[in-house]
Amino acid sequence: MVFAFSLQSGSGVWHPLVWLAAFAVAAIIARVVLGFGRGSRKTGGDHVKPFLSGNEELDEERIHVRASNLYWGYLEAMKGYYRRLTALHTGNVADYLLWLFGVLAIMIVVGLAT
Amino acid sequence: MSTFFGGLDNHLPALLVGVPLLFAFLMPLAERVHRRLTDILAVTGMGLTSLCGVLLAIRVFTTGAVGYAFGAASPDEMLPPDSGGVPVRILFTVDALGAFMVLIISVVGLATLVYSVTREDRHGEKATFYALFLLLTAGVSGMVATGDLFNLFVFLEISSLAGAALVAVRMDRGVAVEAALKYALLSATGGLLFLLGVALLYTQYGSLNIAFIARELRMTGLDTVAVALLAVPMAMKCGAVPMHFWMPDAYSRAPAGVTAFLVVSSQCAMYVLFRSLFTLFHRRLDLAMFGWFVIALGVLSMFIGVTMAIPQKDVKRLMAYHAISQSGYMLLGVGVGLAVLGKPELLDAYGRKAMAGGIFHIMNHALYKGLLFLTAGAVIYRTGQRDLNNLGGLGHQMGWTMLCFMAGALAIAGIPPFNGFASKFLLYESVFRFNPFLSIIAILVSVLTLASFMKVFHSMFMGPRLPRFAEVREAPLPMVVSMGVLAVLVILGGLFPTVVVEHIIEPAVVALLEQSEYIQTVMER
Repeated sequence: MVFAFSLQSGSGVWHPLVWLAAFAVAAIIARVVLGFGRGSRKTGGDHVKPFLSGNEELDEERIHVRASNLYWGYLEAMKGYYRRLTALHTGNVADYLLWLFGVLAIMIVVGLAT
Repeated sequence: MSTFFGGLDNHLPALLVGVPLLFAFLMPLAERVHRRLTDILAVTGMGLTSLCGVLLAIRVFTTGAVGYAFGAASPDEMLPPDSGGVPVRILFTVDALGAFMVLIISVVGLATLVYSVTREDRHGEKATFYALFLLLTAGVSGMVATGDLFNLFVFLEISSLAGAALVAVRMDRGVAVEAALKYALLSATGGLLFLLGVALLYTQYGSLNIAFIARELRMTGLDTVAVALLAVPMAMKCGAVPMHFWMPDAYSRAPAGVTAFLVVSSQCAMYVLFRSLFTLFHRRLDLAMFGWFVIALGVLSMFIGVTMAIPQKDVKRLMAYHAISQSGYMLLGVGVGLAVLGKPELLDAYGRKAMAGGIFHIMNHALYKGLLFLTAGAVIYRTGQRDLNNLGGLGHQMGWTMLCFMAGALAIAGIPPFNGFASKFLLYESVFRFNPFLSIIAILVSVLTLASFMKVFHSMFMGPRLPRFAEVREAPLPMVVSMGVLAVLVILGGLFPTVVVEHIIEPAVVALLEQSEYIQTVMER
């Protein structure tokens, strides 16, 4: 029954319901392990607060990591790529039309040549 | 089926376009009577259109392609006795691929319209919005149902104009109008190029019927030019790189419900691209060359779309770049099928599966990308913010919206067991056998997609409850219900992909590969 819902790719097979059952088992195990730790967990007091090298914790507005701060390293490493790519996105509709006509011309020339 | 609704089901192809047109033109009258009447009529009109679409799709998937002749004594009388075998009437031809698209339009159209009822309550002039939305529905339904190239152009124009007007409908201090003008100008230019291609075919074959031209095609030099004139504007309309520039502008400025439906509109352009290459030209086409052309557009779209999405800060603009990226998967899958179309052993070995993956991804993308745009719209509706830098901590107040977003985000990243994984699984495995490098790019793009949506998830929903959003509540019920329906479909499509693939996707693949059924539906009745 379960295998009747398996997706064949021609070279492999995907059983979503088997995956779901395995996920459920893993989730139950994780919940049990979490339960062992929760019994001895202390709540309240300074030890549950974030430790920021002894500095005061910032307010909620300032502590939230903003979108621009994520993937900074990736964007810095790819700066050259993005500089070129962003330059193509001019916002000028005449440029947009040129790209359309350019692709059209290439396809016609290649189509007629082959 | 034949006696269903007193034989009304025989007219389903016509009703698919007629019902939304009728309700669209009723809107200004309804607004004069009562503002709420526009809501009721819009939902009723879209509901009836969806019902017609679902019934038509069921009929096509159970009994085969459906032809409909306008103006004939009987709707299945495709060729008048005195026409000399030339289909001179206006004909609709809905095969499994068309029915597949009709199904997508029906489901996503209804969900997004119900969502928009509350979303648009804040604004006046709801009648204009509904009228344009229903015109867009009529346009895209006609595009996938018609069997006539000139009608296809007409429906393309209806959908383009209605789509552009919907992008501009909220003005947005002129920014939305600018985006709409770009969309309208590019669509109009693309439409004229398409019309020129149609004219080249008409001058040679004396007919505008797709089935007739497909049967008579000789592949002259003019036909080669016509292929390009038909295919390239449609590739532009579906956001293929490097003709994608209009898409982030238009998608990010339209109201959320409209953006979700514009995704479907773009996919209908992709349908026209596939219909042109496979049904109209494939017997005479240089398949490898055109296959690689589609693959190249797909790979460029996948990679440039996702890499441009990562640095975006406007949530809808980011999602728009992902729409470009996901279109690349569809082009890749179907492009591989086209490239090996002339080699039956390779087509059977992996070409059909690659096409199934690409076509399955059209449906999955319509559902999860529609869902993601709706969740972004719900957040903007409640907070008034679209800049990810200004959002945060909304998971505390908008739990249902967050859950729906997670379903959509995991699906687009190809994480099991969501529907995006199922179609990407077919694509990865089959494309790998064609060219491993292409498959590796597809997997890399999925990794980058996940990274991008982790950023969105963190920026919108994670973090401490921010004081400035203390008053923010969950999205209104109709919006949550619309998102919920799409989220459930995203999950069901992932848990039971075989049901979808066997009953909907594989017939659609066969419809693309086998010209004969499409031609017979018109020429031998």
